[in-house]
Amino acid sequence: MYEKNGDKYFVVDSHMHYWNAAPDNWVPGAEQYAKGWIECFHAYMSLAPAETHWSLEKFQKYSEEDLMKDVFEEGHVDVAIFQPTYLKEWYKEGFNTTERNAALGEKHPGMFIHNTRWDPREGDAGLAELKRNVERYGSRGVKLYTAEWREGSRGWKLTDREAYRYLEACQELGIKNIHVHKGPTIWPLDKDAFDVSDVDHAATDFPELNFIVEHVGLPRIEDFCFMATQEPNVYAGMAVVIGGLMHARPRFFAKVMGELLFWVGEDKMTFGSDYGIWEPKWQVEGFVDWDFPDDEEFSDYPRLGVEGKKKILGLNAAKLYDIKVPDELQLKDAEPAAQDDAKLVTQ
Amino acid sequence: MTAAVAERSRVLAALDTVRDPELDEPITTLGFVSSCVVSAAGDVQVRLRLPTYFCAPNFAFLMVADAYDAVSALPEVRSADVVLDDHFASDQINAGVAARAGFAVSFPGEAAGELDQLRRDFLCKAVLAGTDQVCRSLGLGAEELAVLTLGDLPPSAQLERLCRRRAELGLRTDSAAPLLIDPGTGAPIAGAGASLFLGRARLTRVGIEANTGICRGMLRHRYDTTGAGEEDEG
Repeated sequence: MYEKNGDKYFVVDSHMHYWNAAPDNWVPGAEQYAKGWIECFHAYMSLAPAETHWSLEKFQKYSEEDLMKDVFEEGHVDVAIFQPTYLKEWYKEGFNTTERNAALGEKHPGMFIHNTRWDPREGDAGLAELKRNVERYGSRGVKLYTAEWREGSRGWKLTDREAYRYLEACQELGIKNIHVHKGPTIWPLDKDAFDVSDVDHAATDFPELNFIVEHVGLPRIEDFCFMATQEPNVYAGMAVVIGGLMHARPRFFAKVMGELLFWVGEDKMTFGSDYGIWEPKWQVEGFVDWDFPDDEEFSDYPRLGVEGKKKILGLNAAKLYDIKVPDELQLKDAEPAAQDDAKLVTQ
Repeated sequence: MTAAVAERSRVLAALDTVRDPELDEPITTLGFVSSCVVSAAGDVQVRLRLPTYFCAPNFAFLMVADAYDAVSALPEVRSADVVLDDHFASDQINAGVAARAGFAVSFPGEAAGELDQLRRDFLCKAVLAGTDQVCRSLGLGAEELAVLTLGDLPPSAQLERLCRRRAELGLRTDSAAPLLIDPGTGAPIAGAGASLFLGRARLTRVGIEANTGICRGMLRHRYDTTGAGEEDEG
């Protein structure tokens, strides 16, 4: 919970990690990729305020104590949602697996939600593992990374036939929330790997599932926003938007916020710190203090008030995950984040 | 000024014409040219760098190939060696470009075709973003903008840039051509569609600008040297 000027914010960090990317976890022969991946993540951290930067060594493998302090004690987060990313071709035990997250999360009941993941290229064995993870960890959401390398393949799409089997399995298993992260490689390589049209198709075909597009489709914000206006079950995951732009590029941040508020709306935007890339403390505090620059250039955009910030920082995600929010932290009148509230733009 | 120095500035000018297709900015001003060396005999060596190890390989290939083409087209250049460093697909891209092999051959089994459509798609985005840039300075409403032609606009660097992008797509650039057109088809945007179109144009520009901001930040973290031909962002 974060309090400012008498307003109390229930904070759900809906996109965060607990990884091990230290050299002891690098797959022999794939060291350059394991190293390249974590160095790329570390460069993102450079977009945060300097006093929050970590050394590469700490960044590769931060401790449980670091996480609990940064996210909960200092970061104002009430509930954090683990989003796994496996990358087992590069990291021996995986980069950030469901098991690793849960081993930490289970020590702190009520503080974490354990999402799992799937990869359609794993066939029946992957479906069985998904079922086991849902039973074992109570997962109500999955994180999908479409650009993961696997046995020579550079990635997959949500519209692949096998992916639809997994989406059907999600519905049967009670998984509601599909977090999608687009990455730079996919087959075939000559197509735009960041294209979000497969999410569009899947969201239409699976109207009971929610599709939270992480990093708002970056670097394809425009394609994402235009899709999100047309699909009532598509949400904007704000990880990277706040972390990567609010401090480093405040004017671009304001424009991106303006576009998101215009096309997607404050009922369908969810905060995620992307920890350990960025600590939540400065993001939560900065976002609560944030407003558009007083400049004609921003005058067309919808405004964001205290209620909207409450929704984005926690109440929207709480609704998606049925997280119990104390009465004093609820909005007084409005109902946050219902799919059917979305204003649809029709072409 | 020695001949090699003069030639180097010509090579850099040629590299100024090579753009990052996603960001629609020259690779020089983005800081992607880490070095550019020209020998007295006209042998050119260009080294390129990108913001991350995992930047999309298709765009990376286009930039290396375009840089090779731009440099080797200069009459005084005897040989051109253009190399991308520090990228997961550096070897494939560099070998493919040096052999002038094309993308599909450079990534056997991983690509279904060449990159022309990808380039076209991103030129369409550049036209949308450029349209926003031109329209914004006019301070007019959607309905008023929808009846304007290119000839109605005051000359500006933004307008010239928009016309160059339109020309690359084979779209009209004459003074009677409508200002608002669908960059994919060239069809004029009229009436009620103009407002939504202008919203998309602005959104596209914001997306490109945000990406550029992130890429610049990442590059600065990765390399602490100024690129050849790089200017201050201002």
